[in-house]
Amino acid sequence: MSATNTLTPPLLELTGVHTHIGAYHILHGVDLVVPEGEVTMLLGRNGAGKSTTLRTIMGLWPASAGELRFTRGGKGERLNGLATPDIAARGIAYVPESMGIFTDLTVKENIVLAARSARHAGELDTQRLEWIFTLLPALKKFWLYPAGKLSGGQKQMLAVARAIVEPRALVLIDEPSKGLAPSIIQNLITAFRELKRQRTTILLVEQNFKMARDLGDRVAVMDNGRVVHTGAMAELADDEALQQRLLGLSLGAHA
Amino acid sequence: MNAATSAAPHTATTDTAAVPKAQFDCKPIALVVGLVALALPAMGGMANWLTLTLAGLAMGLIVFVIASGLTLVFGLMDVLNFGHGLFIALGAYMATSVMGWMPGAPVAGVFVAMLVAMAVAGAIGLAFERVIVRPVYGLHLKQILITMGGMIVGEELIKAIWGPLQIALPLPDVLRGSWIFGEAAIEKYRVLAAAIGLVVFAALVFTLNRTKIGLLIRAGVQDREMVEALGYRIRRLFVGVFVAGSALAGLGGVLWAFYQQSVIPQIGAQVNVLIFIVIIIGGLGSTLGCFVGALLVGLVANYTGFLAPKVALFSTIGLMVAILLWRPQGLYPVTNR
Repeated sequence: MSATNTLTPPLLELTGVHTHIGAYHILHGVDLVVPEGEVTMLLGRNGAGKSTTLRTIMGLWPASAGELRFTRGGKGERLNGLATPDIAARGIAYVPESMGIFTDLTVKENIVLAARSARHAGELDTQRLEWIFTLLPALKKFWLYPAGKLSGGQKQMLAVARAIVEPRALVLIDEPSKGLAPSIIQNLITAFRELKRQRTTILLVEQNFKMARDLGDRVAVMDNGRVVHTGAMAELADDEALQQRLLGLSLGAHA
Repeated sequence: MNAATSAAPHTATTDTAAVPKAQFDCKPIALVVGLVALALPAMGGMANWLTLTLAGLAMGLIVFVIASGLTLVFGLMDVLNFGHGLFIALGAYMATSVMGWMPGAPVAGVFVAMLVAMAVAGAIGLAFERVIVRPVYGLHLKQILITMGGMIVGEELIKAIWGPLQIALPLPDVLRGSWIFGEAAIEKYRVLAAAIGLVVFAALVFTLNRTKIGLLIRAGVQDREMVEALGYRIRRLFVGVFVAGSALAGLGGVLWAFYQQSVIPQIGAQVNVLIFIVIIIGGLGSTLGCFVGALLVGLVANYTGFLAPKVALFSTIGLMVAILLWRPQGLYPVTNR
């Protein structure tokens, strides 16, 4: 099944990526393919290396071995060794697990910073902004509030909005549903589904199986710093024995 | 945005309830006002009180000009720069030189001195960041040791250039003396220094709140990594802040030197202690905190200097201890830190 899209190179391809954080060897040769225009879910137990994989792609931890290859418009290049701002400049956006909201700044100021081409709010793409407001309505209402005063769900919406305020080639999102109420998660799923409909390429780390099943085209499961399974999300969602083996739990029970 | 809230009334009520209104924390500012008010009966007369209060505010504003760059340098890159005093000393000594070159036009000389001091301190700041600070990012102990070392070297170089002795720096006649209101004497120079301090404060507030560079600085103080992940080079931003902070320290050095009307090579080390007290009181990384802290330090130093000169020696340290007992992170703690 994984033989799809072999004619064009994937948007992002990790080959044998190792990452050390200080004395700890976290990633032990990650092989991961992120095809363009699809949602790739990255699943796995806590500590499997999912967040570290995202941080390594973003250049926040340096890869100690292996290759990160980014191909856009037929032009491929290595992301290895690039500084984080340069990786971001290639159109890769990152929503960290901590959300990384600037709490002293207003929602508006957070968005203005995320839009690299805008010097102030007046230069934001109003059409795109309105589209974001329809996806994540809370942002419009709290536009002038300090972001630190928002609820957890609203902060997460702001973090996602920052990642998509300008068109991006690839959006990395780390556990957006963490600690959020089910109704908020549903709102996020709706928003992500709209992004997916527009063929935004997303690499999404998620523990919430409902979200994973609703959104994922493809799935990669990590364990002990390696990708141990790749395939179609639907395939994994239908195979409880495989879930049990890979993730140590029956995801069907969560549905 | 009002239109938006009225357009969706049912969600507005629920969500607004969940989000408290943005509240400005005015207790620290009330503290300054309270201190000034409390001092009125203690100073033995309106005239003394007015003179001392204005002297305290002027001193506070000069200290703010010096310390503002230091607090941003720490906030943005977690760099403890104990060499900040070097830029103060450089500014002060540039003032003595410029005043020597321009004996005919002393008032213009004061302003030229400020510009020259800012340029020289900024340029040396650029070199200082490249040579001394850059190799020790993230290493606090080494930062303290090497920046202090840098200041010692700088101090010796100053002795080599300008000599080890005290140099008098008289104010031009026009700026000397006081305006008399009733019994209160208000020194002209203090008014000028306070005005310059307020202009710097206003310019900083404008930059930090109304420009994208300022937003980036504030965002970087909270979360460097995220600023980089959004695609901005925080190192470059930091160098800019370091240079601007050094230039402001140079400006503050000129103001301080004229305030003291003399310059010694140890001026940097002396003021260093004061500005570290100020940025700790204010909350490391906070510009508003630095401003309020500087005013408190200036006022307390002048009040106690009048009431009990011996107490004045440790009054600012005492103030810091009291503030930290009240707010261990300083007056305006920077969140996410």
